[in-house]
Amino acid sequence: MHPNGDVLLRVEGIALAFGGVKALADVSFDIRKGEIRAIIGPNGAGKSSMLNVINGFYRPHAGSITYKGRTARHMRPHQAAQAGIARTFQNIALFKGMTTLDNIMTGRLLKMRGNFLLDALHVGPARRDETAHRAVVEQIIDFLEIQAIRKVPVGRLPYGLQKRVELGRALAAEPDLLLLDEPMAGMNFEEKEDMSRFILDVNEEFGTTIALIEHDMGVVMDISSRIVVLDYGRKIADGTPDEVRRDQAVIDAYLGVAHDGGKGA
Amino acid sequence: MGSAPDGTSLGGLDTIPKLLLHHAKVRPSRPAMREKRLGIWRCWTWREVEGEVRRIASALSALGLERGDRLAVIGDNRPLLYWSMVAAQALGAVPVPLYRDAGAGEIADALACTEVRFVVAEDQEQVDKLIEIRERCPRLEQVLYADPRGLRTYRQPFLHKLVAAAGREPEPCARDADSFVAEIARSRGCEPAGIYFTSGTRGPPRAVVLSFDNVLATSRAVVAFEGLTEREDVLAYLPMAWIGDHMVSVGLAYCAGFCVNCPESPSTVMADLREVGPTCFFAPPRIWDSIRSTVTIRMEDAGALKRRLYGSFMRLAKRAGLRILDAEHVGPDDRLCYRLGERLVYGPLKNALGLSRVRLAYTSGEAISPGTFDFIRSLGINIKQIYGSTEGSLFVTVQSDREASAGTVGRPLPGVDLEIGEEGEVLFRGAGGFQEYCKDPAASLAAKAADGWIRSGDAGFIDGHGGLHIVDRAEEAGRLADGTSFAPMQIENRFRAVGPIREIVVFGRGRDYVAAFVTIDAGRVGNWAERRGLAYTNYRELAQRPEVLDLVRETIEAINRDLAQDAALAGAQVRRFLILQKEFDPDDGELTRTRKLRRRFIAEKYAALVDMLYADEMACEIDAPVAGKGGGITMLRTRFAIGEAKVLRTTQGGAEAMRQEVATPA
Repeated sequence: MHPNGDVLLRVEGIALAFGGVKALADVSFDIRKGEIRAIIGPNGAGKSSMLNVINGFYRPHAGSITYKGRTARHMRPHQAAQAGIARTFQNIALFKGMTTLDNIMTGRLLKMRGNFLLDALHVGPARRDETAHRAVVEQIIDFLEIQAIRKVPVGRLPYGLQKRVELGRALAAEPDLLLLDEPMAGMNFEEKEDMSRFILDVNEEFGTTIALIEHDMGVVMDISSRIVVLDYGRKIADGTPDEVRRDQAVIDAYLGVAHDGGKGA
Repeated sequence: MGSAPDGTSLGGLDTIPKLLLHHAKVRPSRPAMREKRLGIWRCWTWREVEGEVRRIASALSALGLERGDRLAVIGDNRPLLYWSMVAAQALGAVPVPLYRDAGAGEIADALACTEVRFVVAEDQEQVDKLIEIRERCPRLEQVLYADPRGLRTYRQPFLHKLVAAAGREPEPCARDADSFVAEIARSRGCEPAGIYFTSGTRGPPRAVVLSFDNVLATSRAVVAFEGLTEREDVLAYLPMAWIGDHMVSVGLAYCAGFCVNCPESPSTVMADLREVGPTCFFAPPRIWDSIRSTVTIRMEDAGALKRRLYGSFMRLAKRAGLRILDAEHVGPDDRLCYRLGERLVYGPLKNALGLSRVRLAYTSGEAISPGTFDFIRSLGINIKQIYGSTEGSLFVTVQSDREASAGTVGRPLPGVDLEIGEEGEVLFRGAGGFQEYCKDPAASLAAKAADGWIRSGDAGFIDGHGGLHIVDRAEEAGRLADGTSFAPMQIENRFRAVGPIREIVVFGRGRDYVAAFVTIDAGRVGNWAERRGLAYTNYRELAQRPEVLDLVRETIEAINRDLAQDAALAGAQVRRFLILQKEFDPDDGELTRTRKLRRRFIAEKYAALVDMLYADEMACEIDAPVAGKGGGITMLRTRFAIGEAKVLRTTQGGAEAMRQEVATPA
């Protein structure tokens, strides 16, 4: 929880625009190894865009990303995945017709040394491989306490559980950096509590660095070590939960003093 | 291993650890325990279990557990917890299993009452509770935990990881092995085997001390009576603290040498049941009720062909299945049709439920509703009632194979004497009779006479065939204002788990008529509402729908008509009722930890609502407790509508019911 580690990822001077709309302008911050880093801000502040830049969905117009000591303007999504960045999505992106187990298994894809023929025949190393991957997946199922839905098609699960399965799939990649886009959106009190617990446990047990976007201030203040606040594509604050809570610019952004209609979500 | 232990060198197999050594020698490679972990069933043979128990015993002894100490165990049904109990017994200490969902306060009381020094806890959830109450329990010294998840940052010096502590000495040397056996040989059958809490329907739970002789003599009698062998499989899914689980998963298992299967998690029990396919299955009535309810819901959603097939074969099962199981005469065509039904309906259904291999099923803990009992039996599952209590090592009476019925609870187990005392109270005496209540000599003396007769606290009678009938708790039975006898349990039994009703609590002692609280079966009523397009978001809204009130009224009226046929119960038809807006919950004190109704507590808690049932209004608004957002209970202004059910007046004999309405709905 204590962010004393080395810098794992640093973004510097990131700018991104869609046509005339500036989504991000000159955003810089870093994520240290082993911390839980929250990105918050009112609707349309550019939070999801920032995550999409980090894992390569968007190509920034300016700035650089330094990940594990290597600097680049842009990483492609598959490069990011190979380099140990996994993520979940704001609107769940699971295979609805597949079971929980199979969905999480897809998270192992990058770790599989595929050989089409052997896999198809399910013999020799392919079989051993699958056993090993299944073992990892079972660890995750146990960790997230979703044994009871192991064989249930994901489409039949309630929303809160689908979110948990998505977290499971991200964990299956054994990431160094886990990006969570609103992991608690649309959940009730109890589900939020459970999800917070899992996020903290992932951080503590596996030492995974986590960057998350979240609207529920209570949750953010409770679980994150440091917070970046974005507003209209600009960084307006960066610091510990206490510092951010007292920051005048943040208060203004959320209460809409400086802007019109910028009501906090 | 040093000396080869057998019964004679140990002075008879009179303790559970001695039986463990015996099985490890006689059937070393037979399965003793299975647990589903990470999706795979892991199996331990008797020899491996002996090794595990030995390791845990040496860890406990290294931490200072001594003969006569008490060691509490709290968590789900995990092999490690079962082994810890046997390891404690091997060292001459006394295990005290506790309910895993008990709150910190309840645990503190239990630990204080039983003077526990050591606790083996399953996981962080339990450890947190123990840390919270440690200050209040001066005798509590060491806490061991099985699952390290989330506990990495805990620095309390009294916390130990169970596996690591055991692993400190990799292979116990021969001297350790000898001392393990020597310690086991020192114990005698008359010493305490464990302390078990009663469910506490009447007040706070009591700590019952049972000796090895109690547990083992009773278990041996049951093994002989039912012909249990080492080839049985049971699923250990009931709370470890309940005497029922202990008698089955430890008592019977160690006497017969069969295999105990631990589910993956409490939420996967039904799936695990299907995978294990136990040969013996033990469940309290509410589990059987929920099995029946699940089947009914699924069938309501099935296609027309399946529904008709199911409907007609279930009618046949009710007519012929019960008689076939009781070995009574059944016509050849019914017999043939039943066999066809077994292939088409009953067999697949039992298979889906995981009950295909069951040859012995028990229901115990409280009375089962006749409808559920007959449903299960008509499928060809040999379900039988047992009657007993923690004080009697669970088994006092057992139904024999061909005499099972919902009415009686069977005849006394061989070796148990039964008598009806003053005021109709059931008394029993036998090898299973408990030693004493922990730290409560006055209560012990009141419950157990010097000559060994134990007062059950239940009112009952013995019929002409020697079968025991339980009427109710002795103190609950009473009369209505007009003198009609009133036994709440018997009435509730006719209503519970019928149609939309899940639980029912009836009132009437000293009143003019019988009135009731009802909680609805959310699954079944929800399904019903969805098919009718009635909108609801949660239990509370569902319970408030007038359509649901009507549905419950119709069900009650149908049962009232049945009651009117029964001379003994005709006067006890339910006239007014209301639907509660939350389900009963042990955390709110309405149920015991074994999910039995605490009728007196409910009557006090909802006193205002009880008064309403006996007032004239048809509805009222009061502040009532509802389930709060984050767990807990909040008071909310709530409107309760009263339902009025038709009551049939009966002739003197009660045989003919006249359709005369006494009360009409407003």
